[in-house]
Amino acid sequence: MGSQARLEKHKESKNSHRSIALKILVPVKRVVDYNVKVRVKADGSGVDLANVKMSMNPFDEIAVEEAVRLKEAGVATEVVAVSCGVAQCQETLRTAMAIGADRGILVETDAELQPLAVAKLLKALCDKEQPTVVICGKQAIDDDANQTGQMLAALMGWPQATFASKVALADGKATVTREIDGGLETLEMNLPAVVTTDLRLNEPRYATLPNIMKAKKKPLETVKPADLSIDVAPRLATIKVSEPAKRSAGVIVADVAQLVEKLKNEAKVI
Amino acid sequence: MSILVIAEHDNKSLKGATLNTVAAAAKIGGEVHLLVAGSGCGDAAAQAAKVAGVGKVLQADAPHYDAQLAENIAALIVANAGGYSHILAPASTGGKNVMPRVAALLDVAQISDIISVESADTFVRPIYAGNALATVKSADAVKVITVRTTGFDPVAAEGGNAAIESLAAGPDLALSKLLGRELTKSERPELGAAGIIVSGGRGLGSSENYHKLLEPLADKLGAALGASRAAVDAGYVPNDYQVGQTGKIVAPQVYFAIGISGAIQHLAGMKDSKIIVAINKDPEAPIFQVADYGLVGDLFQLVPELTSAM
Ligand SMILES: Cc1cc2nc3c(=O)[nH]c(=O)nc-3n(C[C@H](O)[C@H](O)[C@H](O)COP(=O)(O)OP(=O)(O)OC[C@H]3O[C@@H](n4cnc5c(N)ncnc54)[C@H](O)[C@@H]3O)c2cc1C
Repeated sequence: MGSQARLEKHKESKNSHRSIALKILVPVKRVVDYNVKVRVKADGSGVDLANVKMSMNPFDEIAVEEAVRLKEAGVATEVVAVSCGVAQCQETLRTAMAIGADRGILVETDAELQPLAVAKLLKALCDKEQPTVVICGKQAIDDDANQTGQMLAALMGWPQATFASKVALADGKATVTREIDGGLETLEMNLPAVVTTDLRLNEPRYATLPNIMKAKKKPLETVKPADLSIDVAPRLATIKVSEPAKRSAGVIVADVAQLVEKLKNEAKVI
Repeated sequence: MSILVIAEHDNKSLKGATLNTVAAAAKIGGEVHLLVAGSGCGDAAAQAAKVAGVGKVLQADAPHYDAQLAENIAALIVANAGGYSHILAPASTGGKNVMPRVAALLDVAQISDIISVESADTFVRPIYAGNALATVKSADAVKVITVRTTGFDPVAAEGGNAAIESLAAGPDLALSKLLGRELTKSERPELGAAGIIVSGGRGLGSSENYHKLLEPLADKLGAALGASRAAVDAGYVPNDYQVGQTGKIVAPQVYFAIGISGAIQHLAGMKDSKIIVAINKDPEAPIFQVADYGLVGDLFQLVPELTSAM
């Protein structure tokens, strides 16, 4: 057997392990890039998003990376990326596919989407797609809500493991290590389940040019909230958006002695 | 109007964040009830009964509440949500885990991380890593809220005398189970409650340096230790030391940022500190833009000097 043939053989036997389909759904959100310092609009109606760089929410990138690694390890069979929002979210889905997601679904709407509405849209897609695991980012860095994964788990009646720093899937169970206020905890849960990612779960790869090209040819389906019969009307009205109190820079002290003197006599905090 | 506050505790004692959350409930107005769900949580419930301003303590005691699993705790809260206009929990990893589940089961929005109460249905919460503050009004019948503890001064732990009512436990949904915990052991004050925090970043270079330089300073000041994400990622200290947008939000009397550049995501977690001290060799480091007192120089020389000057 030539080496190529052996490789093929190896691939086959690896594939045959995967007789049980294990689909992972990964929701990805298009947000202001994390390097951008946003400005509040003068009229208090929101933040200025004109001509601002948009990217995939960093926690969602970690989620895509984790799902793709599980597929590469032969644990998962398919990775489906989902985004809810404006037409440009297609770019976010292409990024997910460049990392390695197999296909994308866009739930397209120009309406403002709040976490409960997104969770309901994702539930409708889960009912249809029947994934074994949904891996979400723990929070989006725009609204900082930290809700969608937990809400989806609740609506599905599934277990959840939020703030994951380690995920293992085996024998119909997920074992997940979570970052909590006091340290770490490890949970075991039935599948299907929802996992949300923390920063230390993995370091996402950079998409290579060939993979970016390949991603352009992967299937991307578009649906509307109405096709899924979901009412996405917001429950919270934003009355105004304002700038937080500015902290002004203080003084540069000459040396340690002056610092201690200031802390004692000026700030009176030590 | 009654408000249900979900107590944070370890069965033996109540966590400080509960007191800030009761304070937020008091601002909304109405009778405040504290739910203590746990296993063998009588001591925590007894403490809860003493908290100033609490009208009643509801104690749900069952083995399957011991691990605070989101599925079981959320189901318990939802089963007892009737009659409450607001349900509040601290925006700790516990509250963040459970409350969105409660909100979804009640088919209402969650209002995350509030820092101020404008009225019974209107709240202020930070967005974009605290670079903007949104005032939001809820149209839902029940408001499910997590409370950023730094936004509210705690109520007194003593002075109340509430009745403790025992609550029937819900079923064990058995969807997940706790295999184990690795909790960071420390004699130091909790980050969230510390008056002084000594925090270190990538500038320290190694775990050994972090401990060798910062511990003596923290010892002298009776301070808690914190870190930037870069320091945690590099393994200098465990994850629960991380301060920032996605770590802990702190507002001590004094925050020492040592070898920390001052990225937006770090500032999001500490910029409400009363006094910020920065030690950094780079005079252009953004941390100096928020520091009350900046010391430019090599931390390996300055920190030991500072420690001996204290
Ligand atoms: C989605 C997301 C979430 C994030 N969440 C958080 C978060 O919650 N918390 C957080 O902290 N970060 C967070 N970050 C990371 C953040 O963007 C920064 O990368 C991180 O805060 C940098 O840490 P640092 O300041 O320790 O390291 P650096 O930025 O590398 O800074 C090190 C500093 O040390 C100084 N230094 C080096 N040597 C010396 C010396 N000998 N003496 C004196 N000074 C010295 C340098 O001048 C420099 O300013 C997040 C990032 C993303 C994308």
